Parts: sequence; C-alpha cells; structure tokens
Amino acid sequence: MRIAVFATCLVDGLFPQAAVATVRLLERLGHDVVVPRGQACCGQVHVNSGYPREAAPVVRNHVRTFWPVVEGEWDAVVAPSGSCVGSTRHQQARVARQVGDEGLARAATAVAERTYELSELLVDVLGVTDVGAWFPHTVTYHPTCHALRMLRVGDRPERLLRAVAGLELVDLPDADQCCGFGGTFALKNADTSTAMVADKADCVVATGADVVTAGDWSCLMNIDGALSRRGAPVRAAHLAEILASTRDDPWRPPGSAPGRRGRAGTGRPGRPGGRSAARTGGPR
Amino acid sequence: MTTTHLGMPTVRPKPEREPEDPLRWGPTFAEAAHGTLQDAQLRTNLRRATRTIRDKRLAVTAELPDWEALRDAGAATKADVMARLPELLEQLEASVTARGGTVHWARDAAEANRVVTDLVRAAGATEVVKVKSMATQEIGLNEHLEAHGVTAHETDLAELIVQLAGDRPSHILVPAIHRNRDEIREVFASRMADAPPDLTNDPRALAMAARAHLRELFLRADVAVSGANLAVAETGTVAVVESEGNGRMCLTLPRVLITVMGIEKVLPSFTDLEVFLQLLPRSSTGERMNPYTTMWSGVTPGDGPQEFHLVLLDNGRTRALADDVGRQALHCIRCSACLNVCPVYERTGGHAYGSVYPGPIGAILTPQLLGVGSPGSPDSPGTAPDPHDPAATLPFASTLCGACYDACPVRIDIPTALVHLRERALHPVDGDGRAVGRPTATGLAMRVAALVLSSGRRLGAVSSLVGLAGRVLRGRRLRHLPFPGSRWTLGRDAPPLPTTTFRAWARRRGERS
Repeated sequence: MRIAVFATCLVDGLFPQAAVATVRLLERLGHDVVVPRGQACCGQVHVNSGYPREAAPVVRNHVRTFWPVVEGEWDAVVAPSGSCVGSTRHQQARVARQVGDEGLARAATAVAERTYELSELLVDVLGVTDVGAWFPHTVTYHPTCHALRMLRVGDRPERLLRAVAGLELVDLPDADQCCGFGGTFALKNADTSTAMVADKADCVVATGADVVTAGDWSCLMNIDGALSRRGAPVRAAHLAEILASTRDDPWRPPGSAPGRRGRAGTGRPGRPGGRSAARTGGPR
Repeated sequence: MTTTHLGMPTVRPKPEREPEDPLRWGPTFAEAAHGTLQDAQLRTNLRRATRTIRDKRLAVTAELPDWEALRDAGAATKADVMARLPELLEQLEASVTARGGTVHWARDAAEANRVVTDLVRAAGATEVVKVKSMATQEIGLNEHLEAHGVTAHETDLAELIVQLAGDRPSHILVPAIHRNRDEIREVFASRMADAPPDLTNDPRALAMAARAHLRELFLRADVAVSGANLAVAETGTVAVVESEGNGRMCLTLPRVLITVMGIEKVLPSFTDLEVFLQLLPRSSTGERMNPYTTMWSGVTPGDGPQEFHLVLLDNGRTRALADDVGRQALHCIRCSACLNVCPVYERTGGHAYGSVYPGPIGAILTPQLLGVGSPGSPDSPGTAPDPHDPAATLPFASTLCGACYDACPVRIDIPTALVHLRERALHPVDGDGRAVGRPTATGLAMRVAALVLSSGRRLGAVSSLVGLAGRVLRGRRLRHLPFPGSRWTLGRDAPPLPTTTFRAWARRRGERS
C-alpha cells in the first residue's frame, strides 16, 4: 500500500523518533511511505483552547495536504497519535461548518475517513499483529484517553505488543485513568494536572517495567516528565518505536551511546534507510 | 455566619466562608483547586468513596443486556422533551391543576424563593422539613427562608450533615462525600442538640442518632419542601427517587407540600418512567432499584398532603436551551455518575467548582445557567471575558478524557460541550451575536499560532529552532522553564529536545533517495 504519514506538529518538532519509527516500520512491512511536505497540525490545540475559528486555516491546510488520499493517490493516512486522529474525525468538520465552509467540512470528513491511528492501520487495514519486532524489555502500556474512548482502539495496541519478540508486557494498574495532560489543561490547571500525573507515575513505577509506552507522545511526554522529575529509571517509548525496533536495528533509549541508528531518543533520527522506492514530499 | 463553639472546635465549615451565590462562589477553579488539593484527608475520602460507587455502577450496568439501548432511549426522550418543552410544560400544568395541585412559574431564583416563602407564610408555618433537592440549593432557598424567619430542616442524612456542619455540598448525590465518619461524629456531637452523649463513629450509631433527631421533625412539621426527579406531563405525576425514606416522610406527613422543579425535568408520558427508573438508580447509587420511589398526582382527599404546589423553575434554563450544543446539559438527570468517574473531581473535590453543581456536568451546566458569554439582553448586555469569573473557568477544568461521556446514562457529550463553552467563555457576544470585549494577549497568540500551524513551511521554520536548542542542550532536560512553561515544570521535567525535526529528516532522505 501507499501510505502517507501525518507526523503531527508535536512529534515533528519534539519527538521525531516516533514518526521516523512509523516510516521504518511501514517500509519494513513492505509499504510505500510518503511524507507530505505541507503538513502541519490537525487544529486540535485551537479547538480545545476555545479558538475554533482560528483553527479553520489550520484545518484547511491539513485537508489540502492530505487530499490526495481521497483522490486515490495514496491508500491511507496514518498518524502516530490517537488524539490527532480523533480531532480529524470529530472536530475538523465541525470547525469548517462553524466558519460556514460546507465544502471544507465534506472534504475534511472524506480525508478523516481514510486517516488511521497506527494500531488501527496495522490491525484493521494491514491485517497484521506480528510486525516482526524485537524489544527485549519489560513494558507497561498506558491507553491514552482519546485512543481508548474517542477512537475505541480497544486491545489493538496490546495485541501488537504481545507479538513483539523479547517483550514482556505487564499490566498498568488504573490503566484507564487519565494521565492529567489535557493539552493546555496541564498549564491552566497545573496543580490538578500534576496531582493526576503523580498518581499515574506511581502506577507505572509499581509495575516494575523498564519502559512505559503509549500511542501518543503528548500523554507520554507528561508521564515521562513526571518520571524523570522523580528520578525513576523507567523510560518512555512510543508504540511505533517499539514496533520499529528489530534485532538488526534496536531501539535505543534517550541518552544512550549513539548506535548504528544514532541517538534516536535525543533527536537525531538516524540515517536514511529502508526502501529507496519511498517517496518523500507528496504533491502540494 | 456566626459560629457557636460547643466544645468541639474541630468541625470547621467547608468552605470557610458562606457563599453569596449558590452557583458562583469562591475563586477561579485553578485557585480553588490549589487549596483543596492540599487537603490530604479530603483526597483520601474522595478516592475511596468515588471508587466504591464507580465499581458498583459498573457492576449493575454491565449486567443489563440492553443498557446501551436504555441510554439511547433516555437520550432520545430528553432530546424530544427539549424540542417541545413549552408544550409539555403547559400540559403538565393542566394535568397537575386538574388533580387539585397549583402550579407556579418562576423565571429566576428570586421569584422562586418569593413564591415558596409566601406559601410557607400563608400556611402559618415557621419551619419546614426538606427533601434533598438540587433545585432548592441552586436558588439558595434555605438561606432565603432563614432571612424571612422560617427554619428549613434538611432531612436527607448527608444534607443534614452538611447543614449542621455549615458546609456547602460537594457532590450531587452524596453531598457530604468530603467528610468521613469521624468528622460526621464530631458534627453530630457538637451541632445536633439531641445527639446521644456517648455517640461513636459507628455508621449505625450515627444513623440512629440522625433518625431520632429527624423523627421529631417529621411529626411536628406542617409544611414540606421538595425537589423532583421527574414529572409526567400526561398525568401530572411528580416523583422523588431516594434511598432513605426520609423523603417519603416529608412527602406524605405534612399538610402542605411545595415542590420546586427545574423545567427540564418534565417527561411526556408515564411509560417513560420505565426508562428513567432503570437509568437513574443504576447510574447514581449503583443499585438495581432505589429503596423508595414516591409518586403523587395532585392531591388525594384524606390521604397525604392536602395542599400541593409545584413551582416550575427556569433560572437560566431557557437560555441554555437556546444553545444547540450546550442544551444537552439540560438532559441531566442528576445521577452524578460523571462526578464519580471524573479524575479531576476525584482530586479536587466538589468545592473547587464553586457551585452547587460540581464535576463535569457542573462545568457545563453552571456557566450556562449563569449565561457566561451568552447573548446579553437589552437590560443585561453581554460582557467582556473575565478571567476572574469563577464560572467562566469551569469549562477549562477538564482534560477532556471522556470518562464522563461514557458514564452518562443519557449520553450527554460533555467533552464536546466543554470545548464549545470554552469558546463561548472566551468570545462573549451581544444580543445580535456580535462579539463584545477587547482582543486579549492569548487571542493574539492563538492567531499567530494559527499562522504557523497552517503551513508546513512556516511550522518547519519554527520547529527548526527547537533543533537548534536541542543541539545546545545535547539531551539535557530542563527542570525549570519560564512562564507559562513554569506551570509544566511544577512537577515535570521538560522533554529532551531533538536536534532535528522529522520533516528535516524526511526531506534529507528524500533528496538522497
């Protein structure tokens, strides 16, 4: 299949390793991966902050950038984020209608219908649960609220994780409880947010896992920030990073010695690799 | 309020000061939460209580094969009611009147309070017994009666505790959820004149002390005041659903019964009870059926109250009805399931919301009842966004985790309503729908952000600055950021910054391939 990656603004700038992992994973599975250059943001930040009208140009850019999926140029769009995919499905058309742009609303719906969160794409569209990954760590999985309740990804991420060689999956107590991120909530209601993530960090530490994973770097950034503050040895890795990890090209935690791939965690997403057939930079 | 110390100074009212407005008191949510989060006892009490109710609710909703269909039916009925509210209310008035009751219409809290006070006076009473009711709390009826020489006795056990302690309720269903039994023992021992001298913290002992105290009041009172869980337009039947039977006492013993009901509680037909009497107890107390359901239609000569008054309360409800997204808040049946599953409520407690309606539903109901950001009328024009208006901060008191939506028995999409009300709180309009208020710094920042986030090229330019910082920091994590990032680093480290963006990586790769 020909698949376009929507990295999301947060991952593009702060956690490129998750998008790089998504590209590598899909290429390893034999798909053509496209990274459209015009992509930026889904508009969720503006909508959830109470500025949906300001989100309209953001939505317009997103829909224009990913429109080729509707025209059949690509088969699907994937994002390593439940939250941003949720926004394309549940917020974008609404934003368009609010500014009176019915055409944009319909186009947004059409693009959203072909946009998947990573575990949805793998399990539902590509029909794989064993992606051939190798990840020799004890892992606990936090189901992020939007993946859990807005997208209803269910146990897809866990099924993918259970199929990873070397990985021991341990249950996270109170897994369905929100980590307290909530976008600007973390700043506007910082005390409450901090109290919530402290409880989440307690639960993560109680599992004894080496790695905590999730399908969204936003929530993971929150949990990881709290774990780092208390000096807990637990590392955070996006689901895509775990699924991309292989014996030949293993995941390296942030701060570890640069390996063949470079210090993925701290940023240098590593050398270009994979199939040369992959096209980067979709049509504008 | 004046406090009389009876040798037990440990009972302090929560909150400390008597609120002026039952729907808008205290500071902003964030400021109030900053205080309540420090109360370790409160958090322990809440955590235990909400989790117990949560588990019970899950057990009794999971056992019904048609639970989701019931929720759909409840949501559909409520949507229908809101679509033809005027017609149903007039039908209700006609049905109640035909059966010997009297219907009064109250536009706001002041009118409702005046109607009830006049009725109590006309009955020649100086005290009333009360059934647990959110509507009468919303209008501050007890305080109004007190100011006019009438003593209102709360008879619901938890409301009694709250009233004796001088507290505000912190939960819709379990108003004393913020108190544990040691605290309750102290409240009774110090504030209830006829409490036994050797009272222990044993739940049964506490209940028996309250029982003896209340029994006296039931037999003495000539007037009762209640709310209503629902009223049937077709038959004029009004119903109260409860656990203790103290409501039943109030609804059957006194000569005069005055019921204050929000206009949104009307249901079309008697058969609708089939749906709501399943949804409500399972969602609220986690019981298959509540112990007492009292229904009455007008008055019955020689049996029960011989005078019945139904006060239909608007108090901002028609204004909420005018908002096509926000109006779903009126579907609420006050079960409090959303409070019990809310991770924010579990930490901050109900008092942080500064309203008799706390939790997720309160965060969408309170601002609408008050008209935050709504079109002004000629005599009360819309106002500029006020960051210090506690009610305007409520829609932001949520991570949008969606647990409330999943728990709601009538499928109120609280997250969507919250987001919608955030916009309204920040962008108030006048009666003609024109924006009022001046541009704010945040508004300007949002416009700049939209400019950046609506172009891959512009976002790429800004993101590359992160890479620059990443190369300086070389994987080190910042523990202190300047404002507003300082709110983040309050309890979290900043993430290690990457040295390049994904987009730059992809471009480089594309060029080489």
